[in-house]
Amino acid sequence: MNVLDFAHSFFGDPAHWHGYDGIPTRLVEHITYSLEALLLAAVIALPVGLVTGHYGRGGNALALIATAGRALPSFGLLVLMFIWLGFGLVPVMIPLVVLAVPPILVTTYEAMRSVDPSPVDAARGMGMSEARVLFQVEVPVALPLILSGLRTAAIQIISTATIAAYVSLGGLGRYIIDGLYQRDYEKVVGGATLVAALALATLALFWAASRLAVSRGVRGSA
Amino acid sequence: MNGFFDLPSDLQHSYLGLVGLHLREALLPVLAGLLVALPIAQLCARFRWIYPPVLGLTTVLYSIPSLAFFVVLIDYFGQSETTVMIPLAVYSLVVLVPGIVDGVRSVPRETLAAAEAMGFGPLRRYLQVQLPIAAPAIIAGLRVAVVSSLSLVSVGMLIGNQGALGNMLYDANTYHRPALAVNSVLTTAVLGILADALLVLLRRLLTPWMPRKGATR
Amino acid sequence: MFGVLIRIDAVTKRYPDGTVAVDRLSLDIPDRAITVLVGPSGCGKTTTLRMINRMVEPTEGSILLDGADIRQQPVNSLRRSMGYVIQNAGLFQHRTILDNIATVPRLLGWSKPKARGRAAELMERVGLDTSLAKRYPYQLSGGQQQRVGVARALAADPPVLLMDEPFSAVDPVVRKGLQDELLRIQDELGKTIVFVTHDIDEAIKLGTMVAVLRTGGRLAQFAPPAELLSEPADTFVEDFLGADRGIRRLSFFPSDELPLQTGPLVRLDADAAQRTARSDAPYLLVTDADGRPLGWAEPDRPLDRERLLDHGRPFRPGADSLRTALDGAVLSPTGWAVAVDGDGRAVGVVSQQVIGEAIRAAHGRAGAGVKAAR
Repeated sequence: MNVLDFAHSFFGDPAHWHGYDGIPTRLVEHITYSLEALLLAAVIALPVGLVTGHYGRGGNALALIATAGRALPSFGLLVLMFIWLGFGLVPVMIPLVVLAVPPILVTTYEAMRSVDPSPVDAARGMGMSEARVLFQVEVPVALPLILSGLRTAAIQIISTATIAAYVSLGGLGRYIIDGLYQRDYEKVVGGATLVAALALATLALFWAASRLAVSRGVRGSA
Repeated sequence: MNGFFDLPSDLQHSYLGLVGLHLREALLPVLAGLLVALPIAQLCARFRWIYPPVLGLTTVLYSIPSLAFFVVLIDYFGQSETTVMIPLAVYSLVVLVPGIVDGVRSVPRETLAAAEAMGFGPLRRYLQVQLPIAAPAIIAGLRVAVVSSLSLVSVGMLIGNQGALGNMLYDANTYHRPALAVNSVLTTAVLGILADALLVLLRRLLTPWMPRKGATR
Repeated sequence: MFGVLIRIDAVTKRYPDGTVAVDRLSLDIPDRAITVLVGPSGCGKTTTLRMINRMVEPTEGSILLDGADIRQQPVNSLRRSMGYVIQNAGLFQHRTILDNIATVPRLLGWSKPKARGRAAELMERVGLDTSLAKRYPYQLSGGQQQRVGVARALAADPPVLLMDEPFSAVDPVVRKGLQDELLRIQDELGKTIVFVTHDIDEAIKLGTMVAVLRTGGRLAQFAPPAELLSEPADTFVEDFLGADRGIRRLSFFPSDELPLQTGPLVRLDADAAQRTARSDAPYLLVTDADGRPLGWAEPDRPLDRERLLDHGRPFRPGADSLRTALDGAVLSPTGWAVAVDGDGRAVGVVSQQVIGEAIRAAHGRAGAGVKAAR
């Protein structure tokens, strides 16, 4: 049997389509964890990245934090938090947020730094307030890069959220962990396929969002 | 009662032994990924139409969870180091290719034309012009690949204790010894930060021609 | 002739590292005229400009706008009352041309339709086709972008326009077009313009008053361009003006008092008798039936349209300066310059020698004028 056969029999089994261990339930769980983690990470990293990028200060400190965040192993952090905090969503959220903050932080900072300084100078010269300069001049131009940072973070979260199953939570990781213990490769392949599909759907969503949100003038000149 | 670095005997390794194992399991795949990524990136830079499909394929590969990747490979390579290292090599490849392509493409057309006019053959041009100018991009890719590889090795614990430092996590959970988990997480993080710093140093050495950040007022 | 709108009073800008960008500079910037700040790089000209809209705060001294210290009003409302044009225009790449120009009116709270209507009006004023309104900056040439930059600065009809090397990044032909356009717009609108450049020719062409600054941010000379050329304050200004300031100064002398000779003018269809009647002139200027110059001929030869000598570039008495007239004479193989009217019809010719006498007379008058003014 090869990978395609596993996937075929997994998705062909009607038992996998309903109930608490059905695909819809697991998919919703997975999306919920991922969205929560992404939102948390964005709430932490976006303002910091925007403000440090706007003023052009603290880039080195940011790079240090980002490196440290990347170096912390997600799986290890999950197990450690599980031992310390016990069963629950928090031990899962911590490693996912730690994973997602560095790409958002660094990309947002870089995006703000890469904005051509002369329109910013012109905007100040015209009498725009700092907040206006930030949101009406810099962010629209930096948006494609900022979105790419969020996209990278989202893909990593979706892929890594599978480890939540190791500490007895749900999500698509359930199929992979259970499949591993039960030697049920059908389940593992099915779960992996679903995670990959979810990641691709996320990519498509980000692509659509950037089509909608990024000005034609920015896209054209890129 | 237990020293921080005293490990349970079922780990079958000393602390430093685990560190060595961890480095090998993480870095060999990055090296393999780099060796495969260089020619692929060169092809993508030369024949532009190859790049979009390659980028699409690498994105799909990147979105497969490491754990699933490991489990599927057990069928072919058993619960072995190879099973852990193949996915890590694939992830490294995926991270490195776009960076190298952008780096190679960033070489100005005039520079290449000048090299050609001075009689550089294709191989010499690649080794002496394109690769050095792409070096910062390659190293930037390597930094991400190395750090994420070091982090992912730990997951190998789930497939028959092939996770090097990650294996301490199993014992930490089973014997309820949080110190072991702290040790595992911190050691991995320190390895990552050190590797990252070494790569930054390497870039400084390789690219004395790059303007230093903050040199301008 | 002009009132003072902006008074720069003993202003110094010192940076924390000790560098002095501007050193006790005092300047009275006249109302409704173009004042050019010119000097080598590092002379503090841009810093001075940016202190006027408080993009840079002076370390010492003060700047008065219409008699009031600029620090008395909120910084953003001050900036909104001054147009600001910079090199490469600094357009917002994510906004259309029309919305770029409408920026300050929108900041001032105008409704969108009103601001856009005003923007469309300004596109015409700066010589941009309104079909470009929905384009984005990257779709425009450098010269067009710079016109958008000027239109954007004028959008809220500010009394003051600050221009920081606005035309330095475009090629010479486009730059000349932009300079002429600025002079035309200034004729119509009469703004108080402070213009920074490192190009002395641009300063002399555009400035009503020119302030020459030297490295270290000190004022070397503040004078109208003609006076600058005739009476440079010191060797620094003299060197900065360049070797040919004598020739350039001629740009400020009018050509309408040149005595023109009409004797050598003949039509192509003139017969031999008409030509010999003019044989006292060394050359004849041959014109077509409408009187437009065709070229020079020798009087004792039969007229042959194919064998005429080139007549060079003609000048228009009144509109052109002595410099243009002299240029025409120097470039002509006969040593004579051709004068034409607004329709291009020849009205007379003048020799290099006569132009030389006119220059000497003009210098005498200007010298007396400058001395009398002191």
